[in-house]
Amino acid sequence: MDSEWVIDAQGLEKSYGSGASRFDALKGVSVQIAPGETVAIVGKSGSGKSTLMHLLALLDQPDQGTLQVAGKDAKSLSKRAVNELRNKEFGFVFQQFFLTPNVSVLDNVILPLKIAGMGGKERRRRGMEVLEQLELADKAGNKATTLSGGQKQRVVIGRALVNAPRVIFADEPTGNLDTATGAVVEDILFDLNRSQGITLVIVTHDEELAARCDRQIYIRDGLVVSHATSTHTGAHTLTTAGGAA
Amino acid sequence: MRTKDLVATAISNTFRSKLRTTLTVLAIFVGAFTLTLTNAVGAGVSQYVDAQVGALGSPDVFIITQASDATAAGDGPVKYDAASSASVSSQQGPPGTTTKALTDADLATIGDTAGIVSVDPIRSVQPDYIEYDSGTPYEFSINATSAVTTADLTAGAQLDGGATETQLMLPDTFVAPLGFASAEDAVGASVSIGITDILGERHVVDATVVGVSLESLLAAGAGANDALIAELADAQSGGIDTAVTSYGVAVAHFDTALSADAVTALKGDLATAGYSASTIEDQLGAVQTVINGIVGVLNAFAVIALIAAAFGIINTLLMSVQERTREIGLMKAMGMSGGKVYTLFSLEAIVIGFLGSAIGAGVAIGLGSALSAVLSQGLLSGLPGLNILLFEPLSVAFVIGLVMLIAFLSGTLPAQRAAKQNPIESLRYE
Ligand SMILES: Nc1ncnc2c1ncn2[C@@H]1O[C@H](COP(=O)(O)OP(=O)(O)OP(=O)(O)O)[C@@H](O)[C@H]1O
Ligand SMILES: [Mg+2]
Repeated sequence: MDSEWVIDAQGLEKSYGSGASRFDALKGVSVQIAPGETVAIVGKSGSGKSTLMHLLALLDQPDQGTLQVAGKDAKSLSKRAVNELRNKEFGFVFQQFFLTPNVSVLDNVILPLKIAGMGGKERRRRGMEVLEQLELADKAGNKATTLSGGQKQRVVIGRALVNAPRVIFADEPTGNLDTATGAVVEDILFDLNRSQGITLVIVTHDEELAARCDRQIYIRDGLVVSHATSTHTGAHTLTTAGGAA
Repeated sequence: MRTKDLVATAISNTFRSKLRTTLTVLAIFVGAFTLTLTNAVGAGVSQYVDAQVGALGSPDVFIITQASDATAAGDGPVKYDAASSASVSSQQGPPGTTTKALTDADLATIGDTAGIVSVDPIRSVQPDYIEYDSGTPYEFSINATSAVTTADLTAGAQLDGGATETQLMLPDTFVAPLGFASAEDAVGASVSIGITDILGERHVVDATVVGVSLESLLAAGAGANDALIAELADAQSGGIDTAVTSYGVAVAHFDTALSADAVTALKGDLATAGYSASTIEDQLGAVQTVINGIVGVLNAFAVIALIAAAFGIINTLLMSVQERTREIGLMKAMGMSGGKVYTLFSLEAIVIGFLGSAIGAGVAIGLGSALSAVLSQGLLSGLPGLNILLFEPLSVAFVIGLVMLIAFLSGTLPAQRAAKQNPIESLRYE
């Protein structure tokens, strides 16, 4: 079952607005992601990286194209099933922190568990476990606003991780951080991939971070321009650049 | 999300923007406070009237008058008719109306109506003073209908209508002035009642105090049994027996076995015969209706205040939804359903409503009880037994429930907004 867990997107198109102000953010993108893989989506600002990630994570619907998640067509899933999937199988790190101010670090981290309806005791236990893993246990009771940028990003990763997801979608996870702190955060993510087999989909414009991933998908103006496989990895399925013009 | 978590989250969200929440709560507070007080006034007065009049109510008694000529303005003067116009322009009818008198023939007709057991005219007597043991005399009056009503006793027993002995029901305000040590002390005492006859001559009638009663709104004055009234009336007429053959009001006892429908039918029969009959309950009903009307108007004002407060809730929550756009987006991205988001904001509205109404009702009860105590000692001491503000748990709970409902309804618009938010747009929101 686990080995089947994969995201398979074919010919995704997405445009915003209509008429004269219509903007085609994605113009037919095909992406496949295998279980346990680390994939970087790379491209310049405005190239459509976040848009693609949102589609892959079922946060938004494509105008055209098909998307299969774990062998099921996303269109055939009920709203409830999609919510369930995002809640249980996906973890999110967005381009901004999106921490709830005036709420403790622990409460921020356990938000997905609370939404899932897990009991109070169990989710605290799980939350503390994750915070310990991220060396933030001593900050559990602090308000999220009192943390430094790097600490905040670690809390965000904790939140993405707390529900033991199969896939973590990270949009510029190091974008807000200095190089040293960024490296720490990267290490945490790749460590999760190695130790727990969590699939990583990382959106970035940072070549160095991209190079650490098994595979890079380059996007320009809403099209995939090339796929590349890092030399240091084993044999993952290599997809040809379907959208390259 | 579990319901418990939803409620807890809603409560903690409510306190996130303390100043804004406080101001909104304050607006609701005003409405809930007013509504609680007006309801309490209504309940207090109703209870008083019920106690007063309910105690009065002999359930088998009609108060009968001639059906009043509805001399509406514009009909012009009514032609005199010697047969029908034997008019005691009676003081017994309600102010502003003229009641034609009942003659002995009328009494006979009423008495013959099927269902009526007995009928007696009410004779009003105007005594000058009451005096005990040759002490200071005090002005005093006798309530003409006291023979058929039940007094709110503080000591002694009710009047005995059938007794040949002259009996008096003394209002408790007379106990101390007349020189009695206590209400119990007065019971059994013999008092003297002074009365002036139509020729200006003074008479003294002796009576025995059988009971002491709280003075009542609707039946002011002392009570007297039939024997005492007859004796006083005789004294008042100065032996000239011819004068009183017509009466303003008569009291009829009907068969106690009659059902409520039969009583209504009997009223109808009497109405066709040209008499207006009402039970004491009917008369009380009229008083209640007036009071309920006043309370209704006051309540309407309170509800207007609440409606104004509802806009405050809508505004507060809309701002809150706006402020928390990203948070809502995040929760939805993490798989929270629109329904749960809706519930979360609705609960916030309800929490605000509950805070405002619970505090409003609480303060109203606290202040109102104090005020009520002060008033019953001061301004309203003339109405013993009146608890001007009566807080009934059920009506307080109703007010709180109503406010929470209004708050919930106000919350629907903002909650809908939040529920409909697209997670992606929310996450892109700056
Ligand atoms: N809601 C929207 N309405 C209109 N245009 C949009 C909307 N969302 C995104 N776009 C446009 O779509 C394009 C792709 O946006 P996207 O956020 O995917 O870029 P990106 O590759 O993630 O850029 P960055 O690296 O700066 O985050 C951009 O040109 C953006 O202006
Ligand atoms: Mg982006």
